[in-house]
Amino acid sequence: MAYSEKVIDHYENPRNVGSFDKNDPTIATGMVGAPACGDVMKLQLKINESGIIEDAKFKTYGCGSAIASSSLVTEWVKGKSIEEAQKLSNTLIAEELALPPVKIHCSILAEDAIKAAIEDYKSKK
Amino acid sequence: MKLPIYLDYAATTPVDPRVAEEMMKCLTMDGTFGNPASRSHRYGWQAEELIDIARNNIAELVNADPREIVFTSGATESNNLAIKGAANFYSKKGKHIITAQTEHKAVLDTCRELERQGFEVTYLNVLPNGLVDLNVLEAAMRDDTVLVSIMHVNNEIGVIQDIAKIGELCRARKIVFHVDAAQSAGKTPIDLRELKVDLMSFSAHKIYGPKGIGALYVSRKPRIRLEAQMHGGGHERGFRSGTLPVHQIVGMGEAFRIAKEDMAKDTKHIEALRARLWEGVKHIEETYINGDMEHRVPGIFNVSFNFVEGESLIMALKDMAVSSGSACTSASLEPSYVLRALGLTDELAHSSIRFSIGRFTTEEEIDHVIGQVNNSIDKLREMSPLWEMFKDGVDLSTIEWEAH
Ligand SMILES: Cc1ncc(COP(=O)(O)O)c(C=O)c1O
Repeated sequence: MAYSEKVIDHYENPRNVGSFDKNDPTIATGMVGAPACGDVMKLQLKINESGIIEDAKFKTYGCGSAIASSSLVTEWVKGKSIEEAQKLSNTLIAEELALPPVKIHCSILAEDAIKAAIEDYKSKK
Repeated sequence: MKLPIYLDYAATTPVDPRVAEEMMKCLTMDGTFGNPASRSHRYGWQAEELIDIARNNIAELVNADPREIVFTSGATESNNLAIKGAANFYSKKGKHIITAQTEHKAVLDTCRELERQGFEVTYLNVLPNGLVDLNVLEAAMRDDTVLVSIMHVNNEIGVIQDIAKIGELCRARKIVFHVDAAQSAGKTPIDLRELKVDLMSFSAHKIYGPKGIGALYVSRKPRIRLEAQMHGGGHERGFRSGTLPVHQIVGMGEAFRIAKEDMAKDTKHIEALRARLWEGVKHIEETYINGDMEHRVPGIFNVSFNFVEGESLIMALKDMAVSSGSACTSASLEPSYVLRALGLTDELAHSSIRFSIGRFTTEEEIDHVIGQVNNSIDKLREMSPLWEMFKDGVDLSTIEWEAH
């Protein structure tokens, strides 16, 4: 299958790969997906007192499109408020990366990862 | 070195130049283009002679009588003809068929079709090494079992089934035994005078012949009957009608002739390259070979690099053409059913790569592959949350994943 240039770029030069300490109270962690489906995403957000996402990191087990979707999301959420981040939809991600229909689930997973991280942030407060 | 390096010989092989040369002699006005069924002139007689030679070469590789070889369009058609043809012909005796879960789709889907027609099919579990447990097979045999279909060499993991013993079990009960030998002809010796096999499927394009041509061996002693699936001019003794494609058959014949001549040499060459590849990657932590270590052909080498997803690995291995057991592109997101049948965990099944090595693979290519595999695994594990959890001592099987 041919990948779009943007997917290849994110795959070859993934932004913000890594982990924060998940026990740090300023860190929100979202982990979504399942090994059975062939993709698992972990997204971590560092959120300051005014609810702004200062930093983001990810680790993804999955195909190139899954890796690219999560890498893109870490770029997009930085500097955004939680409310703004919550609005990032899978369609925006899929459009930006020109994902083919069989890879739409990768962008859905990335959206779910943001939501799961924000959920974690709220539950930690 | 030509990039990407071709390591997908189990999917198909390039045509050997010696084969291509023979084929080209059967196409144009200057060549042997005639219809072998034309009895009234030399064009037909010459074509028929080439068909006879090809049929002999094919029969010789597997020690059969040339009259037992029926040409088809490939192993898919051979499997269809063998399974549907035998099941339908012998259906008065019974309507039960036995096969294995790890068979090629050309066998499994044919069996599914027969189920729709009222047959009952048992899909045997295999052992974790990919081999059929003969006791389990024997226990599945019933009075109304008319057909057993078990492949010789598995296309994903390369294991060799014990078709000699399975043949004995079938013959003792007068059950027709079909073997899909698409991946084994020319790779491992086959002696149909010794083996108690009634039907065997072959394909040309897995052994350096052209695509679109294959054959079915139909035993004469004992005489096996089939219901034809393709009706027409009564070619191939009524088993399969249709004008014989001379260039294709000549190509298949030459490929089989060369396979017989070169099998020992090819095997030694491929065996050495496989060993070299394994030497270069076996130190990578959490790396597993899929399928039995002893009963296998050297050319198909299926390895799981745990906690790295196969499709992303294929993307990283951009200098090589390989295939993966992960099928993230399909709607189901299911990993390979063959690897699942071995009982692999989801992670391991999704983490597999099939390297298939062939006649034209070189040491230089394998060395390049080793380098890229090592670099890619490091990079992808650095990115893998599963690897991180594994390194933190988390047992992944205890986690409740929310499947999507
Ligand atoms: C084991 C097995 N059986 C059948 C086939 C189908 O062969 P063909 O492409 O000649 O129809 C293949 C190849 O894809 C195979 O590996």
